[in-house]
Amino acid sequence: MSSMTDGSRIGRAPDHDDPLSIEAVEARVQREQTRRARHDRVTRVVYPIAAVIVLLAAWELGRDMVGLPRFLLPSPTEILDAMLRNRAMLLREAWVTGLEVVLGFALSVAIGIPLAVAIFQSPLFSKSVYPILVSFQAVPKVAVAPLFIVWFGFGMLPKVLIAFLIAFFPVVINTVMGLASIEREKIHLARSIGLSKFETFRLIRFPNALPSIFAGLKISITLAVVGAVVGEFVGGNAGLGYTLMLANGSMDTALLFAAIFALSFLGYALFWLVELAERLCMPHLDRASLRGETG
Amino acid sequence: MTMMSAAHEPNGRAEVPAFFEVRSLSKVYATEAAPVRALDRVSLSQQRGEFVSIVGPSGCGKSTLLMIAAGLSGASGGQILVDGAPVTGARKDIGLVFQSHVLLEWRNTLSNIMLQAEARRMDRKPAEARARELLRSVGLDGFEHQYPKALSGGMRQRVSICRALLHDPPHLLMDEPFGALDALTRDQMQLDLQRLCADRNMTVLFVTHSISEAVFLSDKVVVMTPRPGKIDRVIDIDLPRPRTLAMREGPRFAQYSREVLDVFVASGILREN
Ligand SMILES: Nc1ncnc2c1ncn2[C@@H]1O[C@H](COP(=O)(O)OP(=O)(O)OP(=O)(O)O)[C@@H](O)[C@H]1O
Ligand SMILES: [Mg+2]
Repeated sequence: MSSMTDGSRIGRAPDHDDPLSIEAVEARVQREQTRRARHDRVTRVVYPIAAVIVLLAAWELGRDMVGLPRFLLPSPTEILDAMLRNRAMLLREAWVTGLEVVLGFALSVAIGIPLAVAIFQSPLFSKSVYPILVSFQAVPKVAVAPLFIVWFGFGMLPKVLIAFLIAFFPVVINTVMGLASIEREKIHLARSIGLSKFETFRLIRFPNALPSIFAGLKISITLAVVGAVVGEFVGGNAGLGYTLMLANGSMDTALLFAAIFALSFLGYALFWLVELAERLCMPHLDRASLRGETG
Repeated sequence: MTMMSAAHEPNGRAEVPAFFEVRSLSKVYATEAAPVRALDRVSLSQQRGEFVSIVGPSGCGKSTLLMIAAGLSGASGGQILVDGAPVTGARKDIGLVFQSHVLLEWRNTLSNIMLQAEARRMDRKPAEARARELLRSVGLDGFEHQYPKALSGGMRQRVSICRALLHDPPHLLMDEPFGALDALTRDQMQLDLQRLCADRNMTVLFVTHSISEAVFLSDKVVVMTPRPGKIDRVIDIDLPRPRTLAMREGPRFAQYSREVLDVFVASGILREN
Protein backbone atom coordinates (compact mmCIF):
# COMPACT_ATOMS: atom_id res chain seq x y z
CA MET A 1 0.00 0.00 0.00
CA SER A 2 2.58 2.53 1.13
CA SER A 3 5.15 1.42 -1.42
CA MET A 4 2.61 1.94 -4.17
CA THR A 5 1.95 5.53 -3.20
CA ASP A 6 5.65 6.12 -2.82
CA GLY A 7 6.34 4.78 -6.28
CA SER A 8 3.71 6.88 -7.96
CA ARG A 9 4.62 10.04 -6.07
CA ILE A 10 8.30 9.98 -6.80
CA GLY A 11 8.09 8.17 -10.11
CA ARG A 12 11.44 6.51 -9.55
CA ALA A 13 10.93 3.15 -11.16
CA PRO A 14 10.22 3.42 -14.88
CA ASP A 15 8.32 0.09 -15.01
CA HIS A 16 5.87 1.50 -12.43
CA ASP A 17 5.11 4.37 -14.79
CA ASP A 18 3.85 2.02 -17.48
CA PRO A 19 0.12 2.70 -17.72
CA LEU A 20 -2.01 -0.33 -17.01
CA SER A 21 -3.63 -1.99 -20.01
CA ILE A 22 -7.30 -1.10 -20.49
CA GLU A 23 -8.25 -4.69 -19.66
CA ALA A 24 -6.47 -4.43 -16.33
CA VAL A 25 -8.10 -1.08 -15.60
CA GLU A 26 -11.47 -2.48 -16.58
CA ALA A 27 -11.02 -5.47 -14.30
CA ARG A 28 -10.05 -3.19 -11.42
CA VAL A 29 -12.97 -0.81 -11.99
CA GLN A 30 -15.35 -3.74 -12.25
CA ARG A 31 -13.96 -5.24 -9.04
CA GLU A 32 -14.33 -1.98 -7.20
CA GLN A 33 -17.84 -1.56 -8.55
CA THR A 34 -18.92 -5.02 -7.38
CA ARG A 35 -17.37 -4.42 -3.99
CA ARG A 36 -19.11 -1.08 -3.66
CA ALA A 37 -22.42 -2.58 -4.77
CA ARG A 38 -22.11 -5.37 -2.21
CA HIS A 39 -21.19 -2.88 0.45
CA ASP A 40 -24.21 -0.74 -0.50
CA ARG A 41 -26.50 -3.74 -0.36
CA VAL A 42 -25.27 -4.72 3.06
CA THR A 43 -25.39 -1.23 4.53
CA ARG A 44 -28.87 -0.68 3.13
CA VAL A 45 -30.09 -3.50 5.34
CA VAL A 46 -27.68 -3.25 8.23
CA TYR A 47 -27.82 0.49 8.91
CA PRO A 48 -31.60 0.79 9.35
CA ILE A 49 -31.64 -2.32 11.56
CA ALA A 50 -28.80 -0.90 13.64
CA ALA A 51 -30.64 2.42 13.90
CA VAL A 52 -33.79 0.67 15.08
CA ILE A 53 -31.85 -1.36 17.65
CA VAL A 54 -30.15 1.78 18.98
CA LEU A 55 -33.49 3.54 19.17
CA LEU A 56 -35.14 0.62 20.99
CA ALA A 57 -32.22 0.36 23.38
CA ALA A 58 -32.40 4.08 24.11
CA TRP A 59 -36.12 3.73 24.68
CA GLU A 60 -35.67 0.69 26.92
CA LEU A 61 -33.00 2.31 29.09
CA GLY A 62 -34.05 5.94 28.78
CA ARG A 63 -37.61 5.36 29.95
CA ASP A 64 -36.49 4.23 33.41
CA MET A 65 -33.78 6.86 33.63
CA VAL A 66 -36.25 9.64 32.92
CA GLY A 67 -38.66 7.93 35.29
CA LEU A 68 -41.71 7.81 33.07
CA PRO A 69 -44.39 5.54 34.56
CA ARG A 70 -45.11 2.29 32.76
CA PHE A 71 -48.73 3.20 31.96
CA LEU A 72 -47.55 6.24 29.99
CA LEU A 73 -44.76 4.63 28.03
CA PRO A 74 -44.13 0.90 28.19
CA SER A 75 -40.65 -0.28 27.27
CA PRO A 76 -40.04 -2.25 24.05
CA THR A 77 -39.65 -5.51 25.98
CA GLU A 78 -42.97 -4.93 27.69
CA ILE A 79 -44.60 -4.22 24.32
CA LEU A 80 -43.03 -7.36 22.89
CA ASP A 81 -44.29 -9.26 25.87
CA ALA A 82 -47.79 -7.84 25.32
CA MET A 83 -47.65 -8.80 21.66
CA LEU A 84 -46.60 -12.35 22.46
CA ARG A 85 -49.14 -12.78 25.24
CA ASN A 86 -51.94 -11.49 23.01
CA ARG A 87 -50.71 -12.93 19.74
CA ALA A 88 -53.77 -15.05 19.06
CA MET A 89 -56.06 -12.14 19.71
CA LEU A 90 -53.94 -9.69 17.68
CA LEU A 91 -53.80 -12.10 14.76
CA ARG A 92 -57.56 -12.59 14.89
CA GLU A 93 -58.27 -8.86 15.02
CA ALA A 94 -55.66 -8.10 12.36
CA TRP A 95 -57.41 -10.60 10.13
CA VAL A 96 -60.72 -8.75 10.63
CA THR A 97 -59.20 -5.33 9.96
CA GLY A 98 -57.19 -6.67 7.04
CA LEU A 99 -60.32 -8.12 5.48
CA GLU A 100 -62.15 -4.80 5.86
CA VAL A 101 -59.25 -2.94 4.30
CA VAL A 102 -58.87 -5.34 1.40
CA LEU A 103 -62.61 -5.36 0.69
CA GLY A 104 -62.84 -1.57 0.90
CA PHE A 105 -59.78 -1.20 -1.30
CA ALA A 106 -61.01 -3.76 -3.82
CA LEU A 107 -64.34 -1.97 -3.97
CA SER A 108 -62.68 1.38 -4.56
CA VAL A 109 -60.62 -0.12 -7.39
CA ALA A 110 -63.57 -2.00 -8.88
CA ILE A 111 -65.73 1.12 -8.88
CA GLY A 112 -63.07 3.82 -9.13
CA ILE A 113 -61.28 2.68 -12.26
CA PRO A 114 -64.37 2.05 -14.41
CA LEU A 115 -65.82 5.34 -13.18
CA ALA A 116 -62.61 7.13 -14.12
CA VAL A 117 -62.73 5.55 -17.56
CA ALA A 118 -66.35 6.67 -17.94
CA ILE A 119 -65.44 10.18 -16.82
CA PHE A 120 -62.62 10.20 -19.30
CA GLN A 121 -64.60 8.77 -22.21
CA SER A 122 -67.89 10.58 -21.85
CA PRO A 123 -68.08 14.38 -21.90
CA LEU A 124 -71.39 14.05 -20.07
CA PHE A 125 -69.69 12.29 -17.15
CA SER A 126 -66.69 14.57 -17.11
CA LYS A 127 -68.87 17.65 -16.97
CA SER A 128 -71.43 16.35 -14.46
CA VAL A 129 -69.95 13.66 -12.21
CA TYR A 130 -66.33 14.74 -12.07
CA PRO A 131 -66.83 18.23 -10.59
CA ILE A 132 -69.13 16.74 -7.96
CA LEU A 133 -66.53 14.13 -7.11
CA VAL A 134 -63.78 16.69 -6.83
CA SER A 135 -65.82 18.92 -4.56
CA PHE A 136 -66.96 15.91 -2.55
CA GLN A 137 -63.32 15.22 -1.85
CA ALA A 138 -63.38 18.22 0.48
CA VAL A 139 -65.77 16.42 2.83
CA PRO A 140 -63.75 14.88 5.68
CA LYS A 141 -64.72 11.26 5.12
CA VAL A 142 -64.18 10.21 8.74
CA ALA A 143 -67.00 12.60 9.71
CA VAL A 144 -69.36 10.38 7.74
CA ALA A 145 -68.44 7.31 9.79
CA PRO A 146 -71.11 7.70 12.52
CA LEU A 147 -73.74 8.05 9.84
CA PHE A 148 -72.64 4.78 8.27
CA ILE A 149 -72.93 3.04 11.63
CA VAL A 150 -76.50 4.31 11.91
CA TRP A 151 -77.31 3.15 8.42
CA PHE A 152 -75.48 -0.16 8.24
CA GLY A 153 -75.22 -1.37 11.83
CA PHE A 154 -72.20 -2.61 13.75
CA GLY A 155 -71.02 -5.39 11.45
CA MET A 156 -68.26 -5.42 8.89
CA LEU A 157 -70.21 -3.60 6.19
CA PRO A 158 -69.95 -0.02 7.49
CA LYS A 159 -66.16 -0.40 8.00
CA VAL A 160 -65.71 -1.70 4.48
CA LEU A 161 -67.78 1.19 3.18
CA ILE A 162 -65.81 3.79 5.12
CA ALA A 163 -62.54 2.28 3.89
CA PHE A 164 -63.98 2.34 0.39
CA LEU A 165 -65.17 5.92 0.65
CA ILE A 166 -61.85 7.24 1.82
CA ALA A 167 -59.76 5.11 -0.57
CA PHE A 168 -61.92 5.79 -3.58
CA PHE A 169 -60.94 9.34 -4.53
CA PRO A 170 -57.24 8.89 -5.17
CA VAL A 171 -58.06 5.95 -7.44
CA VAL A 172 -60.51 7.96 -9.53
CA ILE A 173 -58.50 11.14 -9.69
CA ASN A 174 -55.17 9.48 -10.47
CA THR A 175 -56.75 7.28 -13.12
CA VAL A 176 -58.43 10.24 -14.82
CA MET A 177 -55.17 12.18 -14.71
CA GLY A 178 -53.18 9.24 -16.04
CA LEU A 179 -55.58 8.66 -18.92
CA ALA A 180 -55.63 12.33 -19.85
CA SER A 181 -51.89 12.91 -19.72
CA ILE A 182 -50.58 11.31 -22.88
CA GLU A 183 -48.41 12.80 -25.61
CA ARG A 184 -50.41 13.80 -28.63
CA GLU A 185 -47.95 11.94 -30.83
CA LYS A 186 -48.89 8.60 -29.29
CA ILE A 187 -52.50 9.18 -30.24
CA HIS A 188 -51.48 10.32 -33.72
CA LEU A 189 -49.42 7.16 -34.06
CA ALA A 190 -52.39 5.04 -33.00
CA ARG A 191 -54.63 6.64 -35.59
CA SER A 192 -52.15 6.36 -38.42
CA ILE A 193 -51.52 2.66 -37.85
CA GLY A 194 -55.27 2.11 -37.85
CA LEU A 195 -56.02 1.26 -34.23
CA SER A 196 -59.67 1.51 -33.28
CA LYS A 197 -60.71 3.67 -30.36
CA PHE A 198 -60.98 0.64 -28.12
CA GLU A 199 -57.64 -0.78 -29.22
CA THR A 200 -55.99 2.58 -28.69
CA PHE A 201 -57.32 2.52 -25.16
CA ARG A 202 -56.26 -1.04 -24.48
CA LEU A 203 -52.85 -0.94 -26.14
CA ILE A 204 -51.76 2.61 -25.55
CA ARG A 205 -53.81 4.83 -23.29
CA PHE A 206 -54.36 2.43 -20.41
CA PRO A 207 -50.80 1.09 -20.15
CA ASN A 208 -49.61 4.66 -20.47
CA ALA A 209 -51.74 5.57 -17.44
CA LEU A 210 -50.53 2.67 -15.28
CA PRO A 211 -47.78 4.54 -13.40
CA SER A 212 -50.27 7.20 -12.37
CA ILE A 213 -52.92 4.61 -11.50
CA PHE A 214 -50.50 2.75 -9.25
CA ALA A 215 -49.47 5.97 -7.55
CA GLY A 216 -53.18 6.38 -6.75
CA LEU A 217 -53.52 2.78 -5.55
CA LYS A 218 -50.63 3.21 -3.13
CA ILE A 219 -52.23 6.26 -1.57
CA SER A 220 -55.52 4.44 -1.58
CA ILE A 221 -54.38 1.32 0.30
CA THR A 222 -52.89 3.45 3.07
CA LEU A 223 -56.09 5.45 3.36
CA ALA A 224 -58.18 2.27 3.39
CA VAL A 225 -56.41 1.22 6.61
CA VAL A 226 -57.30 4.56 8.17
CA GLY A 227 -60.90 4.16 7.04
CA ALA A 228 -61.30 0.69 8.51
CA VAL A 229 -59.78 1.70 11.85
CA VAL A 230 -61.97 4.79 12.06
CA GLY A 231 -65.00 2.59 11.42
CA GLU A 232 -63.94 0.28 14.23
CA PHE A 233 -63.42 3.24 16.57
CA VAL A 234 -66.88 4.57 15.95
CA GLY A 235 -68.83 1.38 16.33
CA GLY A 236 -67.12 -1.95 16.37
CA ASN A 237 -66.77 -5.14 18.26
CA ALA A 238 -63.81 -6.55 16.34
CA GLY A 239 -60.62 -5.51 14.58
CA LEU A 240 -57.43 -3.80 15.65
CA GLY A 241 -59.25 -0.47 15.98
CA TYR A 242 -61.55 -2.10 18.51
CA THR A 243 -58.54 -3.60 20.31
CA LEU A 244 -57.07 -0.10 20.53
CA MET A 245 -60.30 1.17 22.10
CA LEU A 246 -60.37 -1.73 24.59
CA ALA A 247 -56.74 -1.27 25.57
CA ASN A 248 -57.37 2.42 25.94
CA GLY A 249 -60.36 1.79 28.18
CA SER A 250 -58.38 -0.47 30.48
CA MET A 251 -55.28 1.78 30.42
CA ASP A 252 -53.29 -1.16 29.08
CA THR A 253 -50.65 0.96 27.32
CA ALA A 254 -48.48 -2.01 26.43
CA LEU A 255 -51.38 -3.62 24.57
CA LEU A 256 -52.13 -0.25 22.97
CA PHE A 257 -48.62 -0.15 21.58
CA ALA A 258 -48.81 -3.79 20.56
CA ALA A 259 -51.96 -3.05 18.55
CA ILE A 260 -50.35 0.02 16.96
CA PHE A 261 -47.40 -2.12 15.88
CA ALA A 262 -49.71 -4.81 14.52
CA LEU A 263 -51.62 -2.17 12.59
CA SER A 264 -48.40 -0.79 11.15
CA PHE A 265 -47.26 -4.24 10.04
CA LEU A 266 -50.63 -4.82 8.43
CA GLY A 267 -50.49 -1.49 6.59
CA TYR A 268 -46.95 -2.14 5.47
CA ALA A 269 -47.74 -5.64 4.21
CA LEU A 270 -50.72 -4.40 2.20
CA PHE A 271 -48.69 -1.54 0.72
CA TRP A 272 -45.99 -4.01 -0.23
CA LEU A 273 -48.56 -6.17 -2.02
CA VAL A 274 -49.67 -3.20 -4.12
CA GLU A 275 -46.04 -2.46 -4.93
CA LEU A 276 -45.56 -6.07 -5.92
CA ALA A 277 -48.54 -5.85 -8.26
CA GLU A 278 -47.05 -2.68 -9.70
CA ARG A 279 -43.77 -4.39 -10.44
CA LEU A 280 -45.59 -7.32 -12.03
CA CYS A 281 -47.70 -5.01 -14.21
CA MET A 282 -44.78 -2.86 -15.30
CA PRO A 283 -41.80 -5.19 -15.58
CA HIS A 284 -39.94 -2.72 -17.79
CA LEU A 285 -39.50 -0.38 -14.86
CA ASP A 286 -36.77 -2.41 -13.20
CA ARG A 287 -35.92 -5.10 -15.69
CA ALA A 288 -34.81 -2.57 -18.29
CA SER A 289 -31.78 -1.48 -16.36
CA LEU A 290 -30.85 -5.05 -15.44
CA ARG A 291 -31.05 -6.28 -19.01
CA GLY A 292 -29.17 -3.23 -20.22
CA GLU A 293 -25.92 -4.53 -18.77
CA THR A 294 -25.96 -7.86 -20.56
CA GLY A 295 -27.34 -6.75 -23.93
CA MET B 1 -56.22 4.18 -60.46
CA THR B 2 -55.65 6.41 -63.51
CA MET B 3 -59.34 6.29 -64.31
CA MET B 4 -60.15 7.49 -60.82
CA SER B 5 -57.76 10.40 -61.01
CA ALA B 6 -59.01 11.33 -64.43
CA ALA B 7 -62.49 11.61 -62.96
CA HIS B 8 -61.17 13.98 -60.32
CA GLU B 9 -59.35 16.11 -62.86
CA PRO B 10 -61.93 18.57 -64.18
CA ASN B 11 -59.74 20.13 -66.84
CA GLY B 12 -58.40 16.71 -67.84
CA ARG B 13 -54.74 17.64 -68.03
CA ALA B 14 -52.66 15.22 -70.05
CA GLU B 15 -49.66 15.01 -67.64
CA VAL B 16 -49.29 12.11 -65.21
CA PRO B 17 -51.31 12.90 -62.08
CA ALA B 18 -49.11 13.15 -59.03
CA PHE B 19 -49.16 10.40 -56.43
CA PHE B 20 -49.52 12.98 -53.70
CA GLU B 21 -50.76 16.49 -54.07
CA VAL B 22 -51.34 19.43 -51.75
CA ARG B 23 -53.72 21.98 -53.26
CA SER B 24 -54.01 25.54 -51.93
CA LEU B 25 -53.86 24.28 -48.41
CA SER B 26 -54.58 26.84 -45.69
CA LYS B 27 -54.69 26.35 -41.97
CA VAL B 28 -55.77 28.85 -39.35
CA TYR B 29 -55.65 27.92 -35.69
CA ALA B 30 -58.37 29.52 -33.61
CA THR B 31 -56.94 30.58 -30.26
CA GLU B 32 -58.14 32.54 -27.24
CA ALA B 33 -56.27 35.57 -28.57
CA ALA B 34 -55.92 36.29 -32.27
CA PRO B 35 -56.21 33.41 -34.76
CA VAL B 36 -52.86 32.02 -35.98
CA ARG B 37 -52.29 31.71 -39.70
CA ALA B 38 -50.15 28.61 -39.89
CA LEU B 39 -50.42 27.89 -43.63
CA ASP B 40 -51.41 30.18 -46.47
CA ARG B 41 -52.40 28.52 -49.76
CA VAL B 42 -49.62 25.96 -49.88
CA SER B 43 -49.41 23.76 -52.96
CA LEU B 44 -46.98 21.00 -53.84
CA SER B 45 -46.94 17.64 -55.52
CA GLN B 46 -44.91 14.49 -55.29
CA GLN B 47 -44.40 11.57 -57.66
CA ARG B 48 -43.98 7.97 -56.59
CA GLY B 49 -40.43 7.21 -55.57
CA GLU B 50 -39.60 10.85 -55.02
CA PHE B 51 -37.90 12.18 -51.90
CA VAL B 52 -39.29 15.61 -51.06
CA SER B 53 -38.00 17.72 -48.17
CA ILE B 54 -39.67 20.69 -46.59
CA VAL B 55 -37.19 23.17 -45.07
CA GLY B 56 -38.05 26.25 -43.14
CA PRO B 57 -37.47 28.09 -39.89
CA SER B 58 -39.26 27.18 -36.71
CA GLY B 59 -42.94 28.05 -36.73
CA CYS B 60 -43.40 28.18 -40.50
CA GLY B 61 -45.99 25.41 -40.39
CA LYS B 62 -43.96 22.36 -41.41
CA SER B 63 -45.44 20.09 -38.77
CA THR B 64 -48.88 21.47 -39.44
CA LEU B 65 -48.50 20.63 -43.11
CA LEU B 66 -47.27 17.13 -42.34
CA MET B 67 -50.09 16.42 -39.88
CA ILE B 68 -52.66 17.51 -42.43
CA ALA B 69 -50.88 15.43 -45.06
CA ALA B 70 -51.24 12.44 -42.73
CA GLY B 71 -54.95 13.14 -42.36
CA LEU B 72 -54.49 13.61 -38.63
CA SER B 73 -55.55 17.21 -38.60
CA GLY B 74 -58.12 19.00 -40.71
CA ALA B 75 -57.41 21.74 -43.25
CA SER B 76 -59.09 25.14 -43.05
CA GLY B 77 -59.02 25.47 -46.83
CA GLY B 78 -57.79 23.52 -49.81
CA GLN B 79 -57.23 19.80 -49.91
CA ILE B 80 -54.81 16.88 -49.95
CA LEU B 81 -55.05 14.33 -52.73
CA VAL B 82 -53.59 10.85 -52.79
CA ASP B 83 -53.81 9.20 -56.21
CA GLY B 84 -56.31 11.90 -57.07
CA ALA B 85 -58.65 11.10 -54.17
CA PRO B 86 -59.12 13.69 -51.45
CA VAL B 87 -57.98 12.71 -47.95
CA THR B 88 -60.83 12.88 -45.45
CA GLY B 89 -59.53 11.03 -42.41
CA ALA B 90 -56.38 9.60 -40.85
CA ARG B 91 -54.38 7.95 -43.64
CA LYS B 92 -53.47 4.32 -43.04
CA ASP B 93 -51.22 4.02 -46.09
CA ILE B 94 -48.38 5.87 -44.40
CA GLY B 95 -45.45 5.34 -42.12
CA LEU B 96 -45.07 8.14 -39.64
CA VAL B 97 -41.90 9.22 -37.85
CA PHE B 98 -41.95 12.05 -35.36
CA GLN B 99 -39.24 14.26 -33.97
CA SER B 100 -39.40 12.32 -30.73
CA HIS B 101 -39.30 8.54 -31.03
CA VAL B 102 -42.80 7.95 -29.59
CA LEU B 103 -41.91 4.42 -28.52
CA LEU B 104 -44.12 2.79 -25.92
CA GLU B 105 -41.93 2.50 -22.88
CA TRP B 106 -43.61 -0.70 -21.65
CA ARG B 107 -42.83 -2.58 -24.86
CA ASN B 108 -39.42 -3.81 -25.87
CA THR B 109 -37.79 -2.97 -29.19
CA LEU B 110 -39.29 -5.87 -31.10
CA SER B 111 -42.81 -5.50 -29.74
CA ASN B 112 -42.72 -1.76 -30.32
CA ILE B 113 -42.14 -2.50 -33.98
CA MET B 114 -44.71 -5.30 -33.91
CA LEU B 115 -47.35 -2.83 -32.76
CA GLN B 116 -47.62 -1.91 -36.42
CA ALA B 117 -48.25 -5.56 -37.31
CA GLU B 118 -50.81 -6.01 -34.52
CA ALA B 119 -52.70 -2.91 -35.57
CA ARG B 120 -52.77 -4.00 -39.19
CA ARG B 121 -53.50 -7.63 -38.42
CA MET B 122 -50.43 -8.76 -40.35
CA ASP B 123 -49.35 -12.40 -40.11
CA ARG B 124 -47.20 -12.66 -37.05
CA LYS B 125 -44.39 -14.90 -38.32
CA PRO B 126 -43.43 -13.02 -41.50
CA ALA B 127 -43.95 -9.66 -39.80
CA GLU B 128 -41.58 -10.60 -37.02
CA ALA B 129 -39.01 -11.87 -39.49
CA ARG B 130 -39.25 -8.57 -41.30
CA ALA B 131 -38.96 -6.60 -38.07
CA ARG B 132 -35.75 -8.46 -37.25
CA GLU B 133 -34.43 -7.86 -40.74
CA LEU B 134 -35.17 -4.14 -40.44
CA LEU B 135 -33.44 -4.01 -37.08
CA ARG B 136 -30.44 -5.73 -38.59
CA SER B 137 -30.37 -3.26 -41.46
CA VAL B 138 -30.05 -0.34 -39.03
CA GLY B 139 -27.49 -2.14 -36.90
CA LEU B 140 -29.77 -2.99 -34.01
CA ASP B 141 -29.70 -6.77 -34.07
CA GLY B 142 -29.27 -8.06 -30.55
CA PHE B 143 -31.37 -5.25 -29.10
CA GLU B 144 -34.76 -6.90 -29.77
CA HIS B 145 -35.55 -7.40 -26.11
CA GLN B 146 -34.31 -4.10 -24.72
CA TYR B 147 -36.79 -1.59 -23.47
CA PRO B 148 -36.60 1.95 -24.92
CA LYS B 149 -35.18 3.20 -21.62
CA ALA B 150 -32.01 1.21 -22.22
CA LEU B 151 -31.42 2.60 -25.73
CA SER B 152 -29.66 5.78 -26.78
CA GLY B 153 -31.52 8.59 -28.56
CA GLY B 154 -30.24 7.53 -31.96
CA MET B 155 -31.11 3.89 -31.35
CA ARG B 156 -34.64 4.80 -30.29
CA GLN B 157 -35.15 6.86 -33.41
CA ARG B 158 -33.88 3.94 -35.49
CA VAL B 159 -36.47 1.70 -33.84
CA SER B 160 -39.21 4.18 -34.58
CA ILE B 161 -38.12 4.27 -38.23
CA CYS B 162 -38.23 0.46 -38.33
CA ARG B 163 -41.75 0.62 -36.92
CA ALA B 164 -42.77 3.06 -39.64
CA LEU B 165 -41.34 0.78 -42.34
CA LEU B 166 -42.66 -2.58 -41.18
CA HIS B 167 -45.69 -2.58 -43.47
CA ASP B 168 -43.81 -1.18 -46.49
CA PRO B 169 -45.86 2.02 -46.53
CA PRO B 170 -46.52 3.61 -49.92
CA HIS B 171 -45.77 6.98 -48.32
CA LEU B 172 -43.34 7.75 -45.52
CA LEU B 173 -43.86 10.99 -43.60
CA MET B 174 -41.07 12.17 -41.34
CA ASP B 175 -41.18 15.24 -39.10
CA GLU B 176 -37.64 16.29 -38.17
CA PRO B 177 -36.75 12.69 -37.37
CA PHE B 178 -33.09 13.52 -36.70
CA GLY B 179 -33.66 16.85 -35.01
CA ALA B 180 -32.74 15.61 -31.56
CA LEU B 181 -29.58 13.76 -32.56
CA ASP B 182 -25.94 14.79 -32.45
CA ALA B 183 -24.21 15.68 -35.71
CA LEU B 184 -22.34 12.40 -36.13
CA THR B 185 -25.35 10.18 -35.43
CA ARG B 186 -27.33 12.40 -37.73
CA ASP B 187 -24.93 11.81 -40.62
CA GLN B 188 -25.15 8.07 -40.06
CA MET B 189 -28.95 8.18 -39.94
CA GLN B 190 -29.06 10.13 -43.20
CA LEU B 191 -26.91 7.51 -44.88
CA ASP B 192 -29.06 4.72 -43.43
CA LEU B 193 -32.23 6.41 -44.58
CA GLN B 194 -30.85 6.93 -48.07
CA ARG B 195 -30.01 3.25 -48.30
CA LEU B 196 -33.40 2.13 -47.00
CA CYS B 197 -35.11 4.42 -49.52
CA ALA B 198 -33.03 3.13 -52.41
CA ASP B 199 -33.66 -0.50 -51.42
CA ARG B 200 -37.41 -0.06 -51.36
CA ASN B 201 -37.85 2.79 -53.81
CA MET B 202 -39.73 4.73 -51.17
CA THR B 203 -41.76 7.89 -51.46
CA VAL B 204 -40.78 10.18 -48.60
CA LEU B 205 -42.05 13.52 -47.38
CA PHE B 206 -39.39 14.79 -45.02
CA VAL B 207 -39.49 17.83 -42.74
CA THR B 208 -36.26 19.35 -41.50
CA HIS B 209 -34.59 22.50 -40.21
CA SER B 210 -31.31 21.58 -41.79
CA ILE B 211 -30.53 22.83 -45.27
CA SER B 212 -27.69 20.38 -45.85
CA GLU B 213 -29.82 17.46 -44.67
CA ALA B 214 -32.55 18.47 -47.12
CA VAL B 215 -30.15 18.86 -50.04
CA PHE B 216 -28.34 15.64 -49.20
CA LEU B 217 -31.44 13.46 -49.10
CA SER B 218 -33.89 14.99 -51.55
CA ASP B 219 -34.91 14.99 -55.14
CA LYS B 220 -36.85 18.16 -54.43
CA VAL B 221 -36.51 20.73 -51.65
CA VAL B 222 -39.53 22.82 -50.74
CA VAL B 223 -38.49 26.04 -49.01
CA MET B 224 -41.00 27.60 -46.66
CA THR B 225 -41.12 31.01 -45.01
CA PRO B 226 -43.14 31.85 -41.90
CA ARG B 227 -45.95 34.16 -40.80
CA PRO B 228 -47.99 33.00 -42.56
CA GLY B 229 -46.43 29.69 -43.65
CA LYS B 230 -45.89 29.84 -47.40
CA ILE B 231 -43.88 27.98 -50.00
CA ASP B 232 -41.30 30.35 -51.35
CA ARG B 233 -39.38 28.11 -53.74
CA VAL B 234 -39.13 24.54 -54.90
CA ILE B 235 -35.62 23.47 -55.85
CA ASP B 236 -34.88 20.29 -57.80
CA ILE B 237 -31.72 18.62 -56.58
CA ASP B 238 -29.96 16.98 -59.47
CA LEU B 239 -27.13 15.13 -57.76
CA PRO B 240 -26.25 11.52 -58.59
CA ARG B 241 -27.24 8.75 -56.19
CA PRO B 242 -26.15 7.21 -53.95
CA ARG B 243 -24.89 10.41 -52.42
CA THR B 244 -21.74 10.36 -50.35
CA LEU B 245 -20.61 12.44 -47.43
CA ALA B 246 -17.82 13.81 -49.61
CA MET B 247 -20.41 15.25 -51.98
CA ARG B 248 -21.42 17.66 -49.29
CA GLU B 249 -18.11 19.45 -49.76
CA GLY B 250 -18.57 19.66 -53.54
CA PRO B 251 -19.38 22.83 -55.50
CA ARG B 252 -22.80 21.68 -56.72
CA PHE B 253 -23.91 20.82 -53.24
CA ALA B 254 -22.75 24.23 -52.06
CA GLN B 255 -24.63 25.80 -54.94
CA TYR B 256 -27.90 24.14 -53.90
CA SER B 257 -27.38 25.05 -50.23
CA ARG B 258 -26.73 28.62 -51.24
CA GLU B 259 -29.96 28.69 -53.24
CA VAL B 260 -31.96 27.65 -50.18
CA LEU B 261 -30.06 30.07 -47.99
CA ASP B 262 -30.73 32.91 -50.41
CA VAL B 263 -34.46 32.41 -49.94
CA PHE B 264 -34.06 32.90 -46.20
CA VAL B 265 -31.81 35.93 -46.70
CA ALA B 266 -34.19 37.47 -49.23
CA SER B 267 -37.19 37.01 -46.95
CA GLY B 268 -35.35 38.53 -44.00
CA ILE B 269 -35.22 35.36 -41.90
CA LEU B 270 -31.43 35.52 -42.03
CA ARG B 271 -29.51 38.79 -41.95
CA GLU B 272 -25.95 38.95 -43.13
CA ASN B 273 -24.02 41.94 -41.92
N1 LIG C 1 -52.51 23.55 -31.86
C1 LIG C 1 -52.15 24.82 -32.18
N2 LIG C 1 -52.86 25.87 -31.74
C2 LIG C 1 -52.50 27.12 -32.08
N3 LIG C 1 -51.45 27.43 -32.84
C3 LIG C 1 -50.69 26.43 -33.30
C4 LIG C 1 -50.99 25.06 -33.00
N4 LIG C 1 -50.08 24.28 -33.58
C5 LIG C 1 -49.24 25.13 -34.23
N5 LIG C 1 -49.60 26.40 -34.06
C6 LIG C 1 -48.95 27.58 -34.64
O1 LIG C 1 -48.83 27.38 -36.02
C7 LIG C 1 -47.55 27.80 -36.48
C8 LIG C 1 -46.87 26.68 -37.18
O2 LIG C 1 -46.57 25.65 -36.24
P1 LIG C 1 -45.80 24.31 -36.64
O3 LIG C 1 -45.70 23.47 -35.44
O4 LIG C 1 -46.46 23.71 -37.82
O5 LIG C 1 -44.38 24.90 -37.04
P2 LIG C 1 -43.07 24.10 -37.46
O6 LIG C 1 -42.65 24.64 -38.76
O7 LIG C 1 -43.29 22.65 -37.38
O8 LIG C 1 -42.05 24.58 -36.36
P3 LIG C 1 -40.86 23.73 -35.70
O9 LIG C 1 -39.78 23.70 -36.73
O10 LIG C 1 -40.47 24.54 -34.52
O11 LIG C 1 -41.37 22.39 -35.36
C9 LIG C 1 -46.81 28.33 -35.28
O12 LIG C 1 -46.89 29.73 -35.27
C10 LIG C 1 -47.55 27.76 -34.10
O13 LIG C 1 -47.54 28.67 -33.03
MG1 LIG D 1 -42.49 21.05 -36.14
